[in-house]
Amino acid sequence: MSVRKPFEQSYYPPVPTKFTKFFRTNIVYQFFRFLILNIKMLRMVRKH
Amino acid sequence: MARLLILGAGIAGQTAALHARRKLSRKHDVVVVSPNSKWNWIPSNIWVGVGYMKPEQVTFPLEPVYKKTGIVFHQAKAVSIHPEGDSTTSNPYVLIECTSQEKLGQKEKVTYDYLINATGPKLNFDATKGLGPRKNSLSVCTYSHADETFKHLSESIERMKKGENQTFLIGTGHGNCTCQGAAFEYLFNVEFILRKNNVRDKAKIIWISNESELGDFGMGGMFLKRGGYITHSRIFTESLYTERGIEWITQAHVKEVMEREIVYENLDGEEISIKKDFAMLLPPFSGVGLKAFDKNNNDITSQMFLPNGFMIVDGDYSKKPYEEWKPSDWPKTYQSPKYKNIFAAGIAFAPPHSISKPMTNPNGIPIFPTPPRTGMPSGVMARQIAYNIVDMINGKADEPKRKASMANMGAACIASAGAGFFKGTAASMTMYPIIPDFEKYPDSGRDLRYTSGEIGLAGHWIKHFLHIAFIYKAKANPLWVVVPE
Repeated sequence: MSVRKPFEQSYYPPVPTKFTKFFRTNIVYQFFRFLILNIKMLRMVRKH
Repeated sequence: MARLLILGAGIAGQTAALHARRKLSRKHDVVVVSPNSKWNWIPSNIWVGVGYMKPEQVTFPLEPVYKKTGIVFHQAKAVSIHPEGDSTTSNPYVLIECTSQEKLGQKEKVTYDYLINATGPKLNFDATKGLGPRKNSLSVCTYSHADETFKHLSESIERMKKGENQTFLIGTGHGNCTCQGAAFEYLFNVEFILRKNNVRDKAKIIWISNESELGDFGMGGMFLKRGGYITHSRIFTESLYTERGIEWITQAHVKEVMEREIVYENLDGEEISIKKDFAMLLPPFSGVGLKAFDKNNNDITSQMFLPNGFMIVDGDYSKKPYEEWKPSDWPKTYQSPKYKNIFAAGIAFAPPHSISKPMTNPNGIPIFPTPPRTGMPSGVMARQIAYNIVDMINGKADEPKRKASMANMGAACIASAGAGFFKGTAASMTMYPIIPDFEKYPDSGRDLRYTSGEIGLAGHWIKHFLHIAFIYKAKANPLWVVVPE
């Protein structure tokens, strides 16, 4: 399904490349992101 | 002996009750009043709404937990607060009305030394004509609403499998709604489930919202460092919608919901109608309608609550233009200025003003989100209130010392965009502070070292993990205290 229709609202925003989409659900990369996100959230928790 | 009375057993009420019970010796009472017999992990209701979870997976009965921890539980709704007692007693009390089958409708007086109002919101479906599950739209605000919504979603999917086209309208059902995040999650989960059922091509999905722009989420949006740029969340959010072929309507006040159509007004004052087959529209929130009376039985509700029913606490409620708003306007201890032994936590406290810029259309209708104060901030403020009360009961302090202003608090938010261990994704966002501070952070209002956003499978894992962890904690299982708010 094409996401962009010329001069309509969907024409202007950035859309991810295949490469970006692939890494969103790549298990190895996402496991690494899981660790990073947990650290980010724990930093937030420690600020309270 | 002192008694702490907590009204409400949601995220704020449960957090306050468990921390207070843990810290107070058994000679003091901790009493919880809640009209519901079950605790509900509300952030997972959206998964009930798409059939990924059953209502039993997002709820558990409260009574066994309170029995185990030594908390007194009344299944009842609070009717009125009497902070000075009445003509027969000088003890402050709350009048409650039982909601359990055995004692349905019975009224009781529950006295207190300290009171926390954590009643959460009233789902004000009546604010919009035709809005709500008993009328012409659906909701995911409660687990039962979400379960009913899933049945309607399943019917729509069946119709599409037979070749029918369907229009899905998801978003906010009034110009003053909050909790856009929950509607956003539901929208993306519906889109995900339609793809999974191979019927996406039969569905037109439209987001409708009172936000001024996509990505506002009631917090005026946020700035993120991405790809060498500092980018507003609007760009990030528009990209997510475009990628999924979802249309969006912002700056909308839904005026009426009919069986197959909705009518909304935009910021230009135009009235527009859209056809729909399926509508999940969140209602605006108001206070639960608690009344307050003084010793002589005079109604003092307006001295303790704002007209919207939320409790006045230690914020700056003076009317001033957006340009003069300051982070210091936001409450720090959540103590009632009139009665020092009363506090409010979570949605129950009255925010001094919105976070997003207020906007009104030429017909005088305000169209902007009210501030979100659920989840993490709600738990943090409840814990600090409980600790302050414990200190005061134990004679360690005579006034609340710990502070939990949303202007000095960060938040982490995981917004599901589809559920599944391998194919699911969620947007993981962190921000600091919740209330933008343009004096300290002139360009973005927030500290960019702590403000971030990304979408991926890791976010789904975290959301699922948090579901398990927070239910574990709310059940007061061993070592619950290590799970942060």
